[in-house]
Amino acid sequence: MGFYDFLIQYWPRLLTGTGVTLAQFLLAAVIGIAISLCMGLMKLSQNALMRGAAVTYIEIFRGTSLVVQLYWIFFVLPLFGLTIEKFTAGYLAVGMNIGAYGAELVRGGILSVPKGQWEAALAINMSPAQRMRRIILPQALVSMLPPWGNLMIELLKGTALVSLISVADLMFEARQINASTFLSAQVFGAALVIYYVLARFLVTPFMRWLERHMARKLGRA
Amino acid sequence: MFDWKWDFTWEILPRLISATGNTLIAAGAGYVIAVVLGLMLALAQRTPSRAVTFTVREFVEFIRSTPLILQIFFVFYVGPQFGIRLSPWMSGMIAIGLHYACYLSEVYRGGIESVPKGQWEAAIALNMTTVQKYRRVIIPQAIPPALAGMGNYLVGIFKDTPMLSVIGVAELIHTANAIGSENYRFLEPYTMVGIIFLAISLPAAGLIRLFEGYVRRKLGL
Amino acid sequence: MLDKTGFPLEITGEDTPMVSFRKVNKSYGALTVLDDLDLDVAAGEMVSIIGPSGSGKTTVLRMLMTLERINGGVIYVDGKPLTHMPRGGQLVSANERHLRSRRADIGMCFQHFNLFPHMTALENCMEGPVQVLGLPKAEARDRSEELLELVGMIAKKDQHPSRLSGGQQQRVAIARALAMRPKVMLFDEVTSALDPEVIGEVTNVIRQLVSEHNLTMLMVTHQMGFARDISDRVCFFYGGRIEEQGPPTQLFGNPQRERTQQFLSAVREAV
Repeated sequence: MGFYDFLIQYWPRLLTGTGVTLAQFLLAAVIGIAISLCMGLMKLSQNALMRGAAVTYIEIFRGTSLVVQLYWIFFVLPLFGLTIEKFTAGYLAVGMNIGAYGAELVRGGILSVPKGQWEAALAINMSPAQRMRRIILPQALVSMLPPWGNLMIELLKGTALVSLISVADLMFEARQINASTFLSAQVFGAALVIYYVLARFLVTPFMRWLERHMARKLGRA
Repeated sequence: MFDWKWDFTWEILPRLISATGNTLIAAGAGYVIAVVLGLMLALAQRTPSRAVTFTVREFVEFIRSTPLILQIFFVFYVGPQFGIRLSPWMSGMIAIGLHYACYLSEVYRGGIESVPKGQWEAAIALNMTTVQKYRRVIIPQAIPPALAGMGNYLVGIFKDTPMLSVIGVAELIHTANAIGSENYRFLEPYTMVGIIFLAISLPAAGLIRLFEGYVRRKLGL
Repeated sequence: MLDKTGFPLEITGEDTPMVSFRKVNKSYGALTVLDDLDLDVAAGEMVSIIGPSGSGKTTVLRMLMTLERINGGVIYVDGKPLTHMPRGGQLVSANERHLRSRRADIGMCFQHFNLFPHMTALENCMEGPVQVLGLPKAEARDRSEELLELVGMIAKKDQHPSRLSGGQQQRVAIARALAMRPKVMLFDEVTSALDPEVIGEVTNVIRQLVSEHNLTMLMVTHQMGFARDISDRVCFFYGGRIEEQGPPTQLFGNPQRERTQQFLSAVREAV
């Protein structure tokens, strides 16, 4: 079967798979960003207990594999009475994994803000929370956006692993079609192209736009 | 609450340890392929031919933007469609080696670009051939700044080996899956796999940092 | 009433100094930066601090702004302890809450301006009044525009700092500090990072503040001529202590101590 005929016949399934992939991507991104902020700030905390918790989280999630984390959350947590539905387990695992990497970016971004900014914020008598929220984080955000762009691509690629716990994403649909038709080159080729298009023409341009937008807000454009 | 069975843990440990051997071999072999192929991809982007540079650049972008697990499937299943049979190990090494070669080519590229212009000019002034220039002057200076990235990807490739389980490479996760479904117990195998990953990747990351420092000192940087 | 270590819990009376350093010590490890410093600044007084680098002069301002902790002694602002707080008849180290309540009396301008790059000139000035003082936006805007007018920056109020010259940024920074209505203003080498041709626009603003406002000011500067013109008193710092102090005419015209003489002649030669 030619590639064109293949697409005519199977595009609806590839499309629903892509939809699930995008949903997983967005939900995992929300979780990942929230965890990054939390853990990044905690790792900078004065409190040794908070720091310890953040370091433990980051090292565990960066030191093991996303596949292992995914299986653990989906197969092992139910044994502790915490059963998570596969769709949720999927984006949760991917988001928690990315959060550990993002935490380091948040920490680095905050540390890259010049000391004078902290001092000036203190000199107008801002509270520590105000300093962080109004002065430091907006500037940290600008400096950490470029590496976040790469991390978002890693996140998109990471969502392909949710197929391993049978979430019907693009990867899963591709495997199903392959199993029933053996049109491997067509189906995996099409899936590769779809992931590439999502990364190159959706995620990357959006992150670039965000970078430019934030730079403009800083008056640096 | 913890339904942890120590006798079962001890029983499965030998199998997991031998699977760890496979995981390490896969990571090691994949990394060797990536290190060599990555350098070729980096150098190919420095040829005078615009077409070659462009093609290689786009290829690297494509591989980096698409999921490794999909690439593994692609290599494993597409060959037979055209009469080429590759063993799971073979396809796995090709896919993971190629994937990381693209990452490493970016690391090399950064290293090569960090060599000051004066070094190129000095090499020309000594009337060196292109091969001599790279081999004697540029690459030795490009490696130290690239070491951190190279080390990170060594740990990265190790953490990505569980993806090889999907085509039947008997590495850690594959073995844990098998143990789990034979005994209907997932807690111990998956948890042990996580611990084994941590026990290897954390010291490895530390060793790599030490090695980096050692090389820097040795080169007087 | 005295603390058991001999420091008053509060300084009262007619001529309570606006700022008072009592036996203040500061060291970084083995390096002593300030050695039992005693310094009183009266309300409305303009005091300049001069001295060689490493003499501890910038540290004086940074401690008063609570950017640095002190190792010994007590600093009072407007009669009340700044670095300490009274607890059961004793002075104990100030907590964050006490620092916040006392910091409201102090404003500071920095060598490198430290304007917030993600805010316009006007937003920089409004940030403190709105977020910290809780002023309504309209009121904060009026106050900030008034001050930007005062420093001659009203035309550039909607520009981000990256679009402003060093002198312009420093003038905005002065307006930002004034918008908090501090009782004490600190100027830390505010002209040191500026190109020579724009120093005047900043010193003129400070001159105007001295002549028209009854602010207490402490200024660390390398500009001897400027210090001589506008100060009520000049302190020469050397080795973490005040080596010599007095009215500018006396200190510059007839310095008594050898180190002061050496320093001043070295500075004159450099010019």
